Amino acid sequence: MKKILFIEDEPTLQKAIGRYLEQEGYEIENALDGELGIEMAKKDKPDLILLDIILPKKDGFEVLKELKEDEGTKNIPVIILTNLESDSNVEKALSLGATTYLVKANYNLEEISKKIKETLSQ
Amino acid sequence: MDKEKIYQKLNPFSQCQKYNINIWQCPSFLFPLSGSITIVAMVSTYFIAVEYARPEIVALIVISVAALLIIVNYLITKGFENLAQTNQLKSEFVNITSHQLRTPLTGIKWTIDLMRKSKDITSEELLERLDDIEESNQRMIKLVNDLLHVAKIEQEGLTLNPENIFLNKIINDLIKEYELLANASNTKITLETELDIPPVKIDAQGISMLMHNLIDNAIKYTKEEGLIKIRLIKKRKTVRCEIEDNGVGIPEMDKKSIFKKFFRNQNIMKHQTVGSGLGLFIAKSVIEGSNGKIGFWSKENKGTTFWFELPIN
Repeated sequence: MKKILFIEDEPTLQKAIGRYLEQEGYEIENALDGELGIEMAKKDKPDLILLDIILPKKDGFEVLKELKEDEGTKNIPVIILTNLESDSNVEKALSLGATTYLVKANYNLEEISKKIKETLSQ
Repeated sequence: MDKEKIYQKLNPFSQCQKYNINIWQCPSFLFPLSGSITIVAMVSTYFIAVEYARPEIVALIVISVAALLIIVNYLITKGFENLAQTNQLKSEFVNITSHQLRTPLTGIKWTIDLMRKSKDITSEELLERLDDIEESNQRMIKLVNDLLHVAKIEQEGLTLNPENIFLNKIINDLIKEYELLANASNTKITLETELDIPPVKIDAQGISMLMHNLIDNAIKYTKEEGLIKIRLIKKRKTVRCEIEDNGVGIPEMDKKSIFKKFFRNQNIMKHQTVGSGLGLFIAKSVIEGSNGKIGFWSKENKGTTFWFELPIN
């Protein structure tokens, strides 16, 4: 079973994605803040990471940077899932090594699940 | 264009009033002023020069007129700077509010997606989903209400209908109201009060909004085990209320802007919580509109205490 780590501080969003993806047959882990997210990624080695940008303790860019600098986690694909929308943020995230940048409000869960599937099969 | 309209366009005072700017910060007033000073100065310097042919006096007059013009021009530049700053603040605000609205909107959207996908959903699960939707919806309502309040305060000032209010009663009711939320975030709210706290004169809706905002903040910025202590003290001719929390505190650099509207913590990336940056602005407007005082002290990682004092009737 593929393991996905979702780093997100909004309980409602966490729950919705978590339950949905569980039904799709994934194993989901949640981290409520950036620091915890890095820790869990290093320990559990998920197959894919969904990462918010606005997070307590460490923001998504810092998390992404640290994950890509670490030998153990640098090959895990990271999908940015945020409601922040600006070209400079997209550019920054992609240059730091994110696979895709999705704006939450513009995607439904089916589309997100599809993106995850695509990314995992690459 | 009729005469009235032309007059309106030409009258700098009405222009400044229309945009709600002080005349000493208003370019529509300052430009003509600067122009008139120049013309008057030129003409009078000519006559003075003809009358007293001493060059020192003329030079002195020219220098003082120049100094005056520098001051007026400085005010004009300042006025433009203010306008530019307000403009920037507004766009930042639109950014932040849209982001704040997007989160609960996404919550509703995704929860509905999830409900569609789950084929045999139990009634318990169904209720849980509906609670999630309701919570997101409440959050949007609160944000929009705050926005409307601020727009109203800006346009017409606060309309307050002061009446005699017993603060201890209001606070006790609020503690009951917050019981569920406080329990959920592992926070305890207590009230310490002296026995005979007299009523204060304040707008009922205003004080309720203010207390909600202060308690919301105290809960929101407290992590792990929270303790919120509310104290009521009679102090000569005022009643003082203190709301103390053991939360994350306010960073030094943010302290001076805390009551400004649209203000949220400098680094919204790290300190993101639900909120519009309007609560404390509304709180301050309510207290000052009732001849009271409001303030706070705070230490990072130790906690924050907000206090306000209202005159006894």
